[in-house]
Amino acid sequence: MRFTKDHEWVALDGDIATVGITAYAAEQLGDVVYVETPEPGRALKAGEGMAVVESVKAASDVYAPLSGEVVEANADLAGAPETVNADPESGGWFARVRVADRAEYDALMDRDAYDAFLETL
Amino acid sequence: MSEPELKRTPLHGAHLAAGARMAGFAGYDMPIQYPDGVMKEHAWTRASAGLFDVSHMGQARLAGEGWAAAFEAVTPGDFAALKPGRQKYSVLLNDEGGILDDLMAARPDGEGLFIVVNGACKDEDFRFLEASLPAGVRLTRLEDRALLALQGPQAAAVLAAHAPGCADMAFMDSAAMTGFGGVDLIVSRSGYTGEDGFEISLPAAEAARAWDLLLADDRVRPIGLGARDSLRLEAGLPLYGHDVDPSVSPVEADLAFAISPSRRRRGDFPGAARILGELSGAPSRARIALKVLEGAPAREGAVIVDGAGAEVGVVTSGGFSPTLGHPIAIGFAPPALCAPGQRLGVVVRGRTWPVETVALPFVPHRYVRRP
Repeated sequence: MRFTKDHEWVALDGDIATVGITAYAAEQLGDVVYVETPEPGRALKAGEGMAVVESVKAASDVYAPLSGEVVEANADLAGAPETVNADPESGGWFARVRVADRAEYDALMDRDAYDAFLETL
Repeated sequence: MSEPELKRTPLHGAHLAAGARMAGFAGYDMPIQYPDGVMKEHAWTRASAGLFDVSHMGQARLAGEGWAAAFEAVTPGDFAALKPGRQKYSVLLNDEGGILDDLMAARPDGEGLFIVVNGACKDEDFRFLEASLPAGVRLTRLEDRALLALQGPQAAAVLAAHAPGCADMAFMDSAAMTGFGGVDLIVSRSGYTGEDGFEISLPAAEAARAWDLLLADDRVRPIGLGARDSLRLEAGLPLYGHDVDPSVSPVEADLAFAISPSRRRRGDFPGAARILGELSGAPSRARIALKVLEGAPAREGAVIVDGAGAEVGVVTSGGFSPTLGHPIAIGFAPPALCAPGQRLGVVVRGRTWPVETVALPFVPHRYVRRP
């Protein structure tokens, strides 16, 4: 699993990347009440807004950790947005993306680097 | 440019010790939420009793010969008729009948008024008031006092153990009393959640001890400003600077109850021509309350559209209702569209979601009124 400084995680299986927000991000957001996931078929560019996650208080953007085409969005989040809090780094995934450039994945932080980054916040 | 230094309430250390997430609000470093989180804090307040630090709000006394007339010169309330022991909601009006701030004004004793205004505009409010006062009437800011709010169905039982004098108070009563072992308090039975509850003014030096004593009761938990906002939104109570601003009249804001009948007859308050005109005719905009039927929460600034997609209004406060389990919003729209039961839309990030107009409050008030 790889991580961004914006607190997204990516798990790569072949050329399909599953993307979500980290446990740290979910904890910071508080109770998630609504998630807007990207439409399948949408072409994402690394760094652009790909989803929106809303807590009671506020809406926050989720950024694409890498470029590629959305092949699936997590439909379960519509009825159960609280999954993002309960299981952020697995069941609370946002979208699956067909990765355009594997090098973008390799350039992201690994778990140790991300944990070290969290220590600086 | 560096951020101005945030001020601290007397309870700042208690918030940090409790693990609160802090943020700047009204110039103060305030608790947004505690480890429980907004949803649990909100539900706890509705089910038991929530304790809020609202010491950022502005407290003052207005006294001296002619205080009632002086206060009536800038508000639409009948303060000459306000009896000792009672509190009144009111608004400071500019000459155009717009609302400079909303406030509570009480008579806890025989000494003129005790006033509580919003933290974000307290300096402007007090300067405005001072500038309007005739000789002999003086405004004294109570900078050395903290303000707690204890809200929820268990609030009365909890507070009675520390301040027995509160037991026979009813909604919008105000009283000076002693509590927490001889501390001088100004207590009102009111709040900003729609629940029964109290607002307790006390010396800053005693605030942390009273806070801890109240929290020692299992029925009480600390509640941050996040849940304070979702609670007041469910109760349909406006937030100054968002739902109300100097361009908005009390009639437009659905606050016409703050215009006393005697003052309407006399027509002697600032902006009376506009406000009386709106009362007898129809204002160009009115408070609208929306239940979001499907989709994203509609927040401040979201455009309200009719069935044809034409813009008809704007959301001024919105969010998710923890009690109801769906998003709710209030805003402004033409009066004809504000009646309950109408289908409209709200635009969030380019998408239109269906909403239905409803009556306020979203969640019924549970004030304890005198029988």
